[in-house]
Amino acid sequence: MRLALAALLALVAGAFALAAPAAASETRPTPAELESELVCPVCESTLDTSSAPIARRMKAVIRQRIAEGRTKSEIKAEFVEQFGPGVLATPPRSGFDLLAWVLPLVGGAAAVAVVGLLTWRWSRRRGEEAEPEPAPRPDPELERRLDAELARFE
Amino acid sequence: MSGRLRLGAQALAVGAVAALLALLVWKVAFGSGNDVTGSLREGRTPDAPVFRLAKLAGEGELALDELRGKAVVLNFWASWCGPCKEETPLLERTWREWRERDVVFVGVNVKDFRGDALDFLEDYDVTYPNVYDGKGWTVGRYGVTGFPETYFLDARGRVVYRVAGPVDADDLRTGIDRALEAA
Repeated sequence: MRLALAALLALVAGAFALAAPAAASETRPTPAELESELVCPVCESTLDTSSAPIARRMKAVIRQRIAEGRTKSEIKAEFVEQFGPGVLATPPRSGFDLLAWVLPLVGGAAAVAVVGLLTWRWSRRRGEEAEPEPAPRPDPELERRLDAELARFE
Repeated sequence: MSGRLRLGAQALAVGAVAALLALLVWKVAFGSGNDVTGSLREGRTPDAPVFRLAKLAGEGELALDELRGKAVVLNFWASWCGPCKEETPLLERTWREWRERDVVFVGVNVKDFRGDALDFLEDYDVTYPNVYDGKGWTVGRYGVTGFPETYFLDARGRVVYRVAGPVDADDLRTGIDRALEAA
């Protein structure tokens, strides 16, 4: 009981520890964060790795919006409004785009299931092959003659 | 796994691989001819992909097919593009020269901040109509390879000429002549 309570407390503490930086990032985003989460619409690499003119302009707008006190979601929403959802480095976790997140997980789970099933089948077959066949029962007449022959040598 | 099930799975896998190969062959063989630029390169005069986009300045939309019956000079540009700044005064002068002679200039502002594009129009005193395509939907349809890029359409809405990069007076004259001749 004590162990379960301790585990629960650790879980809650962990959740708080993760939630605090996430909340700070949402309300006080840094340029570096946003530049790694937004894509240059011309060169299609993230802003932090691009020096294209539009990327430089987007970086300037990011800094301007942060200075104005906008949240990360608001800034991203403005960029999506201007350039479309393709400006996000990762697809949103909603609507049709959710498939981009779910499909790899489903594919991975299916692959693990198939590999697991095949492994189980192979190991079972090998187990069956390894089992020794029961020795055939000796012919009683042959057994009797063998005993008689052996008795002659004793 | 039963024999029939195994055979079905194998057939499915072979079918999937064959379909992917067919797609690859089709893309290699016909991929370049799907957009306007590819068709022009092959010597054809493809229909210009129609669009209906919000006007950059003011309210409302502009539909390309509403301009049928006139030659159209379609210029793709962005405010952050240096060469676009070079060619815009020439485009404006040529538009003023031709506007009474069934030639329409249309600017398509692509992958840009709307506010920046509006400032650009003001700075260069642009009076020909401009539409806003921030998401770049038209780029793929036309096969635009960079900015600026200009397409010349005849009165039937077919693309007859294209200039990649900033236009000069000769380019404009050639394109407009071809667009008017073809009509």
